[in-house]
Amino acid sequence: MTAVNDRRQMAYIAAQAADARVNLELEAEGMTLNIGPQHPATHGTLRLVVQLDGEQVIHADPVMGYMHRGYEKLTEVRTYPQVTTLINRIDWLGSFANEVPFILAAEQLMGIEAPPRAQWIRTILFELARIANVTLFLGDMGVQLGAVSPVFYAFRDREYILNQIESATGGRFHPNFDRIGGIKDDLPAGWIAETKSALKEIRDFCDEMEDLIVGNEIYEARTRGIGIIPADVGLSYGLTGANIRASGVDWDVRRDNPVGLAYDQVDWKVWTHPDGDSFARYWVRLQETRESCHIVEQLLDGLPAGPIMTKVPRIIKVPEGEAYIETENPLGVMGYYIVSQGGLEPFRVKIRSASFSNISITPWLLKGTYVPDVITILASLYFILGDIDR
Amino acid sequence: MPSADSPTEEEVVVVDEARDALLEAITAELGDAVVASHILPGKDLWVRVANDAWSDTADYLRNRQRFRFFSWLSAIDWMQSPFGRSLDAAVDIADAPTEDAAESEYTGTGADGYTGGETRFQVISRVHSLTTQIGLNLKVDVGDDLSIGTWTKTYPGADWHEREVHEMFGIHFEDHGDMRNLYLPTDFEGFPLRKDFPLMARLVKPWPGIVDVEPMPEVEEPEAGEESSSASPSGATTSNPEDAS
Repeated sequence: MTAVNDRRQMAYIAAQAADARVNLELEAEGMTLNIGPQHPATHGTLRLVVQLDGEQVIHADPVMGYMHRGYEKLTEVRTYPQVTTLINRIDWLGSFANEVPFILAAEQLMGIEAPPRAQWIRTILFELARIANVTLFLGDMGVQLGAVSPVFYAFRDREYILNQIESATGGRFHPNFDRIGGIKDDLPAGWIAETKSALKEIRDFCDEMEDLIVGNEIYEARTRGIGIIPADVGLSYGLTGANIRASGVDWDVRRDNPVGLAYDQVDWKVWTHPDGDSFARYWVRLQETRESCHIVEQLLDGLPAGPIMTKVPRIIKVPEGEAYIETENPLGVMGYYIVSQGGLEPFRVKIRSASFSNISITPWLLKGTYVPDVITILASLYFILGDIDR
Repeated sequence: MPSADSPTEEEVVVVDEARDALLEAITAELGDAVVASHILPGKDLWVRVANDAWSDTADYLRNRQRFRFFSWLSAIDWMQSPFGRSLDAAVDIADAPTEDAAESEYTGTGADGYTGGETRFQVISRVHSLTTQIGLNLKVDVGDDLSIGTWTKTYPGADWHEREVHEMFGIHFEDHGDMRNLYLPTDFEGFPLRKDFPLMARLVKPWPGIVDVEPMPEVEEPEAGEESSSASPSGATTSNPEDAS
């Protein structure tokens, strides 16, 4: 080591030492900052208790449960068809996607499979739910950094997709459309052409977001290198979806295990980003939204004819057994572990929701970050409280 | 295995080499700690391990078998609900809850699911391998002391899952270090996901029965005979005269 002889360097070290003393005093006082329970970055009511050292976070502790609705208990006293109504409310921005893994798990237990047309329509609606969900994130991320207009574009253009979901299923937010053995109804006339024009709006929206946000100097400064998640840490915390793909993990349940859905029938790619920072998570979601449009367009073109419902008993009794099915939901991997004892109702349902695991990394991730970055990181992880609290 | 009445169906091919090999490797490493296992060919794999090997199993799976992804951890209460099924009023009258249902003792003989079990509670967890794209369900019996080793040393993500199991089932994870309630208020009494924890809303106001059964296209199932009467004469399609105004 070289001796320190530069005066400026000496002054710098002295200042650092003084800072450290001040920081120590602050720490002794225990500067605690409460973020939430109501905060725009939380999509619901999440409280974050942050211990600060100056502006640096030394300990972050999320406090959940403000929206805990006990779905795992409630499913035990409902018949299988009734459960879909409940689980629509888990991730309320991409509701249809919540129904699919549950229905698929029940179908696996019953040993039945939906006819191809139903599988394709399921996949289409699944992707539309993803687009509706992630569109809001793409705009919302700007708001967290002080750019207000993107979120208005997001709400405006999401409406095109919600209209399509509504005209096919009858529900804008909670379709409750998936059935054991198929789907409730066929697509209405003219829906395919309308959906294609809606997808065009979403593609334009993606381009608009890329123009507005990616490359913006402030945006890049606030997100690049912020909140880096190494792939291995992310995996052991159970991170999924775009969050883990932004850390360079090439894993997508849609491609690697497409149970009961039509993803293996179309040509698409999985986007990853090597950086693992907030910017990467935004970028991956942006590309995935375009990819979803691409998937849906192909599915619409190749939609097979045929029945939309397989033969199922009028009263659905699921045979004894256990099944776990997971799908790649808008927020990450969602799965249902169903234990059936042969009755009308499940004996036990474990809901593996994506946001719960995604957000469980925050105590590790926020340590050492600065207060303004807390908001950016939370927003870039993208969680929905219904999906955490269940 | 399902009876093979049509040999052309692919269910007849019950060889799942990847999962067989994985199970063999796990059994070879853990030895007697693997109590039972179950394979659904092409679908899933269950392994039940001994209680005292629970933490070591996680370590082995993550570091030697490359199960890098921790998916979830939860528990199952195998007690039959003492409150009846709370589903269909007409059916439920036979096994209506009695006054002292909450005090009823567990009389079962253990788990009925895949891989069986001897105790009322089982902890179940799932890990996933990205290299082979195989998921693995792990079960473990939890004895009368309701205590089990923690996974947080291996998979830090198990932290919240174990806290949730602790508050919902009352199962303690040794060496976890932070067993505060996750969702419930600190002074909450009882363990909501246990079967003997009453779902008060249902006990106060009984469920009216199954009213939302939709007729399926082109099929009339004769076996649903005795329950079809409960398929709502009135609830489903009440026309609303006030709409006309």
